[in-house]
Amino acid sequence: MRAIKKYWPIFLIPTMAAFAIGFVIPFILGIYLSFTKFTTVTDAKWVGIKNYATAFKDSTFTHSFWFTAAFAVVTLILINVIAFALAMALTKKRRGTNVFRTVFFMPNLIGGIVLGYIWQLIFSGILVHFNTALNLNAKLGFWGLVILVCWQQIGYMMIIYIAGFQSIPGDVLEAAEIDGANARQTLFKVTIPMMMPSITICTFLTITNGFKLFDQNLALTAGAPMKQTEMMALNIYNTFYGRTGFEGVGQAKAVIFFLLVVAIAALQQKLTRSKEVQQ
Amino acid sequence: MKSRKAMVLALTASMAASLAAGCGSSGGGKSASSASNAASTSGSASGSGKVYYLNFKPEADEYWQELAKEYTDETGVKVTVLTAASGEYESTLKSEMAKSEAPTLFQVNGPVGLASWKDYCYDLSGSDIEGQLTDKAYELKDGDKVAGIAYVTEAYGLITNKALLEKAGYSSDDIKSFDDLKKVAEDITARKSELGFSAFTSAGMDSSSDWRFKTHLANLPIYYEYKADGVDDKDELKGTYLQNYRDIWDLYINNSTTDPSQLSTATGDQAESEFVNQEAVFFQNGTWEYDKVKAIGDDNLDFLPIYFGVDDANEGLCMGTENYWCVNSKASEEDIKATLDFMNWCVTSDKGVEAMTSSDKMGFNIPFKSNPESQNTLFKLANANKGTPVSWNFSTMPSEEWKNTLGQALTVYAADQTDGNWDLVKQAFVDNWKTEKELAASAS
Repeated sequence: MRAIKKYWPIFLIPTMAAFAIGFVIPFILGIYLSFTKFTTVTDAKWVGIKNYATAFKDSTFTHSFWFTAAFAVVTLILINVIAFALAMALTKKRRGTNVFRTVFFMPNLIGGIVLGYIWQLIFSGILVHFNTALNLNAKLGFWGLVILVCWQQIGYMMIIYIAGFQSIPGDVLEAAEIDGANARQTLFKVTIPMMMPSITICTFLTITNGFKLFDQNLALTAGAPMKQTEMMALNIYNTFYGRTGFEGVGQAKAVIFFLLVVAIAALQQKLTRSKEVQQ
Repeated sequence: MKSRKAMVLALTASMAASLAAGCGSSGGGKSASSASNAASTSGSASGSGKVYYLNFKPEADEYWQELAKEYTDETGVKVTVLTAASGEYESTLKSEMAKSEAPTLFQVNGPVGLASWKDYCYDLSGSDIEGQLTDKAYELKDGDKVAGIAYVTEAYGLITNKALLEKAGYSSDDIKSFDDLKKVAEDITARKSELGFSAFTSAGMDSSSDWRFKTHLANLPIYYEYKADGVDDKDELKGTYLQNYRDIWDLYINNSTTDPSQLSTATGDQAESEFVNQEAVFFQNGTWEYDKVKAIGDDNLDFLPIYFGVDDANEGLCMGTENYWCVNSKASEEDIKATLDFMNWCVTSDKGVEAMTSSDKMGFNIPFKSNPESQNTLFKLANANKGTPVSWNFSTMPSEEWKNTLGQALTVYAADQTDGNWDLVKQAFVDNWKTEKELAASAS
């Protein structure tokens, strides 16, 4: 104990320094820059809330918010329902479950940009028969993104759900069976309540991933047509680099975006946490 | 006990050290290389300054590195060249400029790019390199200050395959106006299966190719509108020549190798290979493509103006530049001096001029007195053209956003060529110009 009291800085400082350099300082600097006009981060001029005013007036930003919100909700539901179902199927004692687990997990190992281009080829190959393309129609773009992200993330969420299933004590399920619960009742009254910790994690990951999506968006549609499929992260990027003198506005949007994601994630945590039960 | 303490200390120290090394690697690398450089050139008397050039053209990177080394060997002045990845110049410049070892030599693309960097531009008036320019028009001015100096001029138009044109029964002399071009192109399309090639290469709207239309082709309606009003920039466009823009765009997309609905994903490489593989007669591109298109043979190449149907008798190739050298005014005085000397050396010494202009190297046409006769056939053709050169006005386009929106509207229109969709192009061209110009003004 005495040793810890004496030497705590040795253990703490390297990590704290890394945390400060890699996160705290850039974060504070970022908030500061959102109130300034700057070309490089070292010569910023204070302009107050002007950047925020411009950001809120920008109709593409509001559009990207609604597009992103719709996307996040759709992927939240699809990914979690499918991943849950797959996890349930793959924890049954059948032959080849390991092979299938690997197969479903694999897409998650490919980077977003690469995935975006691969899927663009696939979609183009199909849509050419219908005389259209993904970046000509916002609806197609939306569903293209949904398919891509589902394909990528279902495997990952499935692994978390599998771990959850394996930690459900067998006696609870056995008790339910003895009490005469049917499969449906077991699922909704026993399994899902027991799975709530996994559900909390997975919904948190999918909803924040949905909001933060960037590389897949950039590679698959790049916002075409006419910014109709531009999501918030891409909108911020385009604001930052697309116009002269808009670095501060992009930064202000990034701060708004951060607050939004935090608020949504907090709400989601509150909702799912309250449903968790003690095992 | 004591030895254990010592070990703990040593371990944490090494951890902290590795952390510091990880963060500071770029700085460490630089100082290391400068040390080795100083060693190799000790004894040379000249200059304590150094040059750090942030190069825009990835294709020229190799030659700049060589040239930098030669300069260091000759004069002892250290020259670092860093090249930004394609399309990443602005973001690289932004982050490099924020460092203590910022670039001393960088470039902007014209008035719009200058707006964000004008506080960093050293006044080049009266400098040696300014005296080397063949024409004052190659200066980029910010008020009275010479903020930038063009170091390369380029030209674009319709690169033409003469042999294929002859096979179709025409020669380049038959094409003197937009109507001629339209007639030839539509005739080739009508006999496409018999001839085995198309009139135009695919007008790909993938980001590797869309700049040819959203920027370069869009220059023409802007050029003629400026010209009619006698100005060189406008806050609002009327879109007087949009019908001509539509006509030529229709011609490109309906007489090409590719179905118009598939253009959204067609790439620049695709168009290039179609041209080189004799699948199309015309290829809208510029002198920088010479290295690729020379595969069809110098004698086979022709370079036609993009006939726009406004003043076809005098239509020339689009000649200009979007590459201006700027010197970082925030660098130390020695570094500025060293940079100016380096620039001057590049455009006056034999080695420098050779590297910049030789067709085996950078292959530039440089607007300086030392420029030799170009070995680039496209350039020779461009210089031989009798028309009035069309100037490059796309440096006055309000923002990247404006170009991107226009590009997407063109893509949508290509897939479904209705008047309604052309209205989208009009909006992107006229209304969005006003919006973006206002936004740009509000930010400055």
